[in-house]
Parts: sequence; C-alpha cells; structure tokens
Amino acid sequence: MTPEETLEILKNKFPDSEFTYDNELPVDAYIIVNPKDLLDVCFFLRDEENLQFDTLMNLSGVDDNNATKVKDEEGNEKLEGRTLSVYYHLHSMKFDHKFYLKVSLPIEKPEVESVESVWKCADWHEREAYDMFGIIFLNHPNLIRILLPYDWEDGSYPLRKDFETPEFYNGMKIPY
Amino acid sequence: MGLLDQEFSDSNIVIAKSEDLLNWARLSSIWQLSFGLACCAIEMMATSASHYDFDRFGVIPRPSPRQADVILISGTVTLKMATRIKRLYEQMPDPKYIISMGSCANCGGPYWEHGYHVLKGIDRVIPVDVYVPGCPPRPEALLEGLLKLQEKIRHETLRRTA
Repeated sequence: MTPEETLEILKNKFPDSEFTYDNELPVDAYIIVNPKDLLDVCFFLRDEENLQFDTLMNLSGVDDNNATKVKDEEGNEKLEGRTLSVYYHLHSMKFDHKFYLKVSLPIEKPEVESVESVWKCADWHEREAYDMFGIIFLNHPNLIRILLPYDWEDGSYPLRKDFETPEFYNGMKIPY
Repeated sequence: MGLLDQEFSDSNIVIAKSEDLLNWARLSSIWQLSFGLACCAIEMMATSASHYDFDRFGVIPRPSPRQADVILISGTVTLKMATRIKRLYEQMPDPKYIISMGSCANCGGPYWEHGYHVLKGIDRVIPVDVYVPGCPPRPEALLEGLLKLQEKIRHETLRRTA
C-alpha cells in the first residue's frame, strides 16, 4: 500500500483531523500529524486490518531551526515560530509497506504523547530524543537520560542548533 | 636452546645489576588492564590474538586494575567515560603505565571540533607514557608502542633521583 492510499484511509477514519502530505524533499513522503491526534493515529495504524504497521523502525528528534523574524508593537525584532519535530518511521512485517509520520512541536513547549504504549521499542528512542533535544514525551514510563551523564547540565541539549559546547565538564576542559 | 647456552660456560651463576634484573623482569611481564573502548579495542584484541601474539612480550589481560601494570586507552574517550578511566587508573598499583592508542585517545581525533561529549586527549586526565598514532593503529604499530614502553622501563632506576 502506498503512502497516498494510507493517507486516504487515515482521512476517512479521522475526518476532524488535519493531515499534511509532504513529498517535496528528495526523500520518501511523510505525513504531518497534529500532536494531539498522534496517539490515536498510531494505534489505528498498528491495529487496522489492511495496514498493520507493527514495527517502529526508528523514532528521531529534529531541530527544524525555522524561526522567523517578527516585529512586535514596539518595533523590536524577535525570533518566533521555531519548532522541534519528531519523526516516526513505521513498517509492516506482514505487508512490507512503510509509512512516515512527523509531528512538529513549538520550542517553548515541546510536548507530545509517548507512543511507548503502541510500540514498546519507542521507550529508548524517546529517551534519546528527550536527552538530545529536550522533547517531553507525556505518559512515558521512565523518561530519564539514556546517553548523557546524569549530572549533565539541565536545559543544555547537545543536538539543538543553538547549543554551545560548555568550557568544562567536571573540571575537564572540553574544547580542543 | 638458542643464544644463552653459547654465552655462559658455567650454568649456575649469572652476574647482573639488581636494577637491570628488576627492570628486565618488569618489562617482560607487563600485564595490561583488560579494557577496551572503541574500534581501537578491536585492533588491540587482534594484537592479543595468536597471529600477533601480545603474550610473547609477556602482555596478558588482567580483569582487575589491582593486578595490572599498564592501561591501554584504546579508543574514543567520552567525558562520561573519562571519570571512570581516572578511577581505574587510580586503583592500579604503582609502578603503572599508560599507552594512549589511536588518534581519539591522543587528541580527540575526528571529534576534535564538534565532539561536545569527547575528551580531546586522555592526557588531560591521566599522564601518558607512549602515544601510538593511527586511526586505528595496526597491530604492528601497537607492538612498536609496547617496545617503546619496554625501553622506557629498561632505563628506569631504583635510585632516588634529585
């Protein structure tokens, strides 16, 4: 089943929700989902008879770094609209078809429902996205650091585009 | 027998300086800490295996820092790991030696610029005796590094210096 056909099924099933189809980039097309619909959509994709996306191949965070300059009432310029995204790469063992989802979250409040209850393997993937981008996965069973040391500075996310390497970690100089 | 039977007429007594004897004994049985970090560790294991045979120089891996003479830093040292390595080093009994193996352990290697998590050279944490260049170094290079370390031990002295 092609992504377009899957999208049609989704649109019929969730008439109130908004799905954006994006195939502009020279990669496989993906569907942008509203964060509040994500969990329902994921459960549906997994359990629907003709879809059966039983495998989450990958889940990754991305810093879109897409802030635009906006002028407020006093004429001061400020940056707004920057988002963090989470990509979900799904695969069906039975039908051997694939489907890619994306949710975009505002950087001020990057929160999205955890899909750990849908695919067990999302557990560690989500912890990595939490560690590297500071994305909060709601209702995750154990949202703690997975790669960085536990005493890593809070609010310092290494894979965000505005990250700056600190001078020292535990008395060890980091820059070359 | 090979060389020694032609060297000595009397097989009972060999006269040597105690310093030489002690250094010879120490450099002939350098036990390494059984410890590996990254792709360099694969080369280190290859060096230990039968083809290159680290054991012919008296190098055998010990799984405890308390019985090890040398620690081979074989790979990328992350900041998280650096604190553990320092602790392992401090648990080793004197005299102890460090061989830094490969570009990562020497200076950060490919992570020198964007590696927020990589220590740019293990010598920022513990003192290094021999640096082995390469990415990763071939087993021959590691053996050369070990021979350099043996030379260093051979010329050490028991006397109090300075």
